[in-house]
Amino acid sequence: MSLLAFLDILLALLVVAVAVWTIVARDLFAAVVGYVAYGLLLAFVWIRLYAPDVALTEAAVGGGVTGVLLITAGKRLGALKNVAPEAQPGFAFRLLAGALAALVAGAIGAAILMLPEQPPSLAPEAAAAASTAGAGLGNPITAVLMSYRSFDTMLEKIVLILAVVGVWSVGSDKAWGGAPAPFRQSKPYAPMVFLAQMLAPIGVLIGIHMFWTGANAPGGAFQGGALLAAMWMVIMMARLVEPPRVDAQWLRLALVAGPAVFLISGIAGEVAAGSFFAYPPSLAKPIILLIEAFMLLSIAAALPMLVAGPPNEGPG
Amino acid sequence: MITLLDLFSIAAISAGTFFFFAGTVGLLRFPDSLTRLHALAKADNLGLGLVALGLLPRADSALSALKLIVIWVLVLLSGASSAQLIGRALRRGRK
Repeated sequence: MSLLAFLDILLALLVVAVAVWTIVARDLFAAVVGYVAYGLLLAFVWIRLYAPDVALTEAAVGGGVTGVLLITAGKRLGALKNVAPEAQPGFAFRLLAGALAALVAGAIGAAILMLPEQPPSLAPEAAAAASTAGAGLGNPITAVLMSYRSFDTMLEKIVLILAVVGVWSVGSDKAWGGAPAPFRQSKPYAPMVFLAQMLAPIGVLIGIHMFWTGANAPGGAFQGGALLAAMWMVIMMARLVEPPRVDAQWLRLALVAGPAVFLISGIAGEVAAGSFFAYPPSLAKPIILLIEAFMLLSIAAALPMLVAGPPNEGPG
Repeated sequence: MITLLDLFSIAAISAGTFFFFAGTVGLLRFPDSLTRLHALAKADNLGLGLVALGLLPRADSALSALKLIVIWVLVLLSGASSAQLIGRALRRGRK
């Protein structure tokens, strides 16, 4: 057995071990840290499977954004615990929940074990279609996402907006329209400010580079957008900027810009190229880049708003 | 054939690996969070720096060599800052 295969098996075992550890960890914070480590290890697995696009997304979203989201959620839950009396679910209820979870896990496991040798896949067809429809795009993944599966890609972004609407709607009526609570630090703290001032310009540059290079190399709007979102979160944590009010016009425009431009391009495709979401071949690359640029904006606006939470200051 | 540059790479990467190893031992064996933080921050910065230094002669182009250096500087920056933040959180927790 070669050294590389040995390392791969070690990596796979490590992923499973960290996953088990994350599930059995009793402490909420420890479980979140385990989950972040799990996300980063999974990014390595994707690299080893020659899927750098997925690895970038996994590292940015699974390791980064979800980690921050879960830590903030954990802190809020911890604060709630002192107020509300904890109602322990009954034994039968817990048994039922466990049985359901086991059923779902078993069904997924069975589905994976019963996969045919040659899994039915649209990938070759999609790659062929994308190489014609997305002419000018060197990265087949972006081409498939933007040309072949454009409807799914657009709906994914709409899901993000719905999630933000969901988070905002938990806020009290009195706070509606105000800004979410400031991030963590009660007053600016010098090392955090230093980190934000040094990191944010570099991070923004790399985020835009990831989006731009996504047309020809691993990268794309989601990865770049997640990085831009992280930079915005860092400067909000350093209290260099405050979270915006949720009724700010520019924020709402930024949130809907991506899906809106996507939808308008899709409808324009119906007129110009004969079918919904079809791009005229000569203009495919500029149109795709235009859509991706607005999606970048929407992702960079939506993810920090998910982390910032519902508005909690009175308007005014 | 092993050239002088290869020898340099092997030496630097081995030294870097040693620092990672020492940092990991410190993380596992040191008694409290502050000393563990110390072991981790120092060893990782130096370890990664040496590994990056060893990889420099093996880089395809000047641009990828520059990327290696940028990665190291970014890790230095975030490592030092997060060590400060964790340290402050510890000090506050103790009071």
